[in-house]
Amino acid sequence: MKQIQEYEKDIASIRNMMERSSKFISLSGLSGVLSGIYALAGATVAYFTIHYPISPVHFRQYSLQTPEALSKLVLIATLVLAASITTGLWLSHKKAKKHGEKLWNSTSKSLVFNMAVPLVSGGIFILIMLYTGHFGLAAPACLIFYGLALIQASVNTVDEVRYLGFSEIILGLISASVPGYGLIFWTIGFGVLHIIYGGIMYNKYDK
Amino acid sequence: MKNPFDNLDKVLEHRVRLQIMSVLVTNDGYEFSSLKDVLDVTDGNLASHIKALEREKYVSVSKSFIDRKPNTKYKITERGRTAFKKHLDAMEAVIKQQK
Repeated sequence: MKQIQEYEKDIASIRNMMERSSKFISLSGLSGVLSGIYALAGATVAYFTIHYPISPVHFRQYSLQTPEALSKLVLIATLVLAASITTGLWLSHKKAKKHGEKLWNSTSKSLVFNMAVPLVSGGIFILIMLYTGHFGLAAPACLIFYGLALIQASVNTVDEVRYLGFSEIILGLISASVPGYGLIFWTIGFGVLHIIYGGIMYNKYDK
Repeated sequence: MKNPFDNLDKVLEHRVRLQIMSVLVTNDGYEFSSLKDVLDVTDGNLASHIKALEREKYVSVSKSFIDRKPNTKYKITERGRTAFKKHLDAMEAVIKQQK
């Protein structure tokens, strides 16, 4: 017969296994802050490309007049995305190593798969919108699909990711109802929110 | 009152088996190599405990080839899920009784 402390240890180990086998905890909070900064930098360049010299809060029904401006915007967005993914992978790899875990394990695999479904469908949808000239809803669509991807991913990682996802969706819906301010909402969603939630995660898990 | 110790599952008394069951109850299918990583045990140790759980029909196994490498995946069965839950309830009862 086992001692009572042994059963308590059993229960602790069950909890630990359930957590470790299903949650990817090496996600770096610092990389969230950095992607927020990249997004702010990208948004600044984008502002000078499409709005300047008009103030960003001034209502604009048609912000995209030229195909050159559009291709510049797509290029900026792609650069921000690529820089964010690279930083995220690099810092999470470092963090996983510190915890003696692998970056590419069964949990991170299902994390990537869960995120990919809304991200890829959203990405294609936005490209179709841009191609068919529906520029006004592209920024809100980015925020909404990204929010959905985060909520999907949150099953396999820390809870903050879920709250970030809900915030992105709410922001996206507000943005959709006030056309012309896409860039401002995009900046809040991908810049400010990433810095806030990345900072919370950094304080809670990275230290 | 019945002695709560009688409800404890002898097969699940071992901690490694309990840990295997915890991983399989939370995840829909888990590979042998991933299971080994998360539990931090040796091949032989894991294999012998998995065998014991297979014998009780608590877990089911499916073998396939991915890139010509053998891939073994385990899943919890309904029988295993019920047994795991019953064992947890029994542990809870034991702890409560002692306090």
